[in-house]
Amino acid sequence: MSLLAEMNQKALDLGLPISVHFDITYRCNERCVHCYLDHDDHGEMTTAEIVDVLEQLADAGVFFLSLSGGEVLMRRDFFEIVERARQLLFNVKVKTNGVMIREKEAARLRQLGVEQIQISVYSHRPEVHDAITKLPGSLKRTVQAIRFLKSQGLKVTIANVLMAGNFSDNTGVMALAKDLGVLYTLDPTITPKMDGDTSIIALRIPGSDLKQVFHNQELVGNVEEFCAPPPAPGEDVMDGVPCSAGHTACYISPYGDVFPCVQFPLPSGNVRRQKFLDIWRHSPELNEVRSIRARDLPTCSTCAHVGTCTRCPGLAYMEGNMRGPSTADCEKSFQRTGIPSANMLKRTRAASAGPLIQIQSLPNSVQNHNVALNVALEENFLTV
Amino acid sequence: MAEKYISRSSAIAARMLGGEMMVMSAVDSTFFTLNEVASAIWQAADGRTPLSEIVASKICREFDVDRERAQRGADRFVDELSQHGILLVSEQPIMDFSSSPGNQ
Repeated sequence: MSLLAEMNQKALDLGLPISVHFDITYRCNERCVHCYLDHDDHGEMTTAEIVDVLEQLADAGVFFLSLSGGEVLMRRDFFEIVERARQLLFNVKVKTNGVMIREKEAARLRQLGVEQIQISVYSHRPEVHDAITKLPGSLKRTVQAIRFLKSQGLKVTIANVLMAGNFSDNTGVMALAKDLGVLYTLDPTITPKMDGDTSIIALRIPGSDLKQVFHNQELVGNVEEFCAPPPAPGEDVMDGVPCSAGHTACYISPYGDVFPCVQFPLPSGNVRRQKFLDIWRHSPELNEVRSIRARDLPTCSTCAHVGTCTRCPGLAYMEGNMRGPSTADCEKSFQRTGIPSANMLKRTRAASAGPLIQIQSLPNSVQNHNVALNVALEENFLTV
Repeated sequence: MAEKYISRSSAIAARMLGGEMMVMSAVDSTFFTLNEVASAIWQAADGRTPLSEIVASKICREFDVDRERAQRGADRFVDELSQHGILLVSEQPIMDFSSSPGNQ
């Protein structure tokens, strides 16, 4: 176990929040087609409020702090926030589109000791990237920003969200990252909007493309190992927690709302009304999330993939049940191994069985007879 | 032997977790955990207090260890962290406290 993994385990054992993802604004200068946020400002926290939250997070033991948005540089006080975060000795990661980063901003980030910058790039081709961000010239400015940041010696990661519209460009983005000397990470997950709107799910890449990603040695390393059938789950797997959300990590919105994770919009408290530690320790919602073990998941506990699946409880929650399957992750497990998940098999069986009782609108005079007939059909079906 | 003064670098992240200090370099992402004794030296690294005084007043007193052994251990610890740029070491007091962004 690595030292970092040991610390994560220790934080889990002690019930401490070691990581916080803090969106300091939802405002943005891009309008990405797949974005899950509402970019209007509905009353963001002030500088003083954010600084107070940062001090509370430091006292609570938070070490990893991701500052994100929206576009973080849309806040005029962005560097003031980073400066205070660094004074409080957080390990700071900044997620940005880079459009507003020039030499001066890159130098300031370096001076403040930001550990890592993550920048979204959707394609190496301007016509594709700019069509996704809906900001003409955005790829050029983003790539310039990466060069400025690299020249300062900062660690930069290109995050490539894969959608149907840019899937074929992932090798081009990977080559761009190599050329720029930065890290590359790929994410095929498109999440529903925070308000529950699922229309953007249609942008997800189809299963066949997902399969191609999972069988690309350059992306996953040892394909045979990565795509191997899942081993039989042991007791440790059934007693395991699904992910760090609510256990050692949480998310804070620009309005002070606390959630288990940015992908898990279960309102668990608000730092404008309560102290962060009170929410972390006593929120009924966070405590419910923490109580769930793999064995408590009605469908997933019976699934062959239970020990290796990337099941996201937040996506499951957005599908209607935090103890249910996350169909996007069922699809990933299937495309990776070729073995359908328990949820997929259940849905296939339900679809092929068809309805047991056909309900039709009938005249009152024959309704009783019809009910009797349907019951008879059901009995026949069950005895076959 | 010349006195040593130690100060924490500004290019680090640090937090106490269950009695151990986690420290990560923002320069090369090297991650360290410091045990209780090392954490005590770390927290006392204010650039003004000589290392020998930190050893005498913090380590020997709080951890019931003899002075010579504690000093050897402290010297090794300081050398290792200074090689990674995590601690700054000088034979003179380190007066530029702006290099230390916090005292968590």
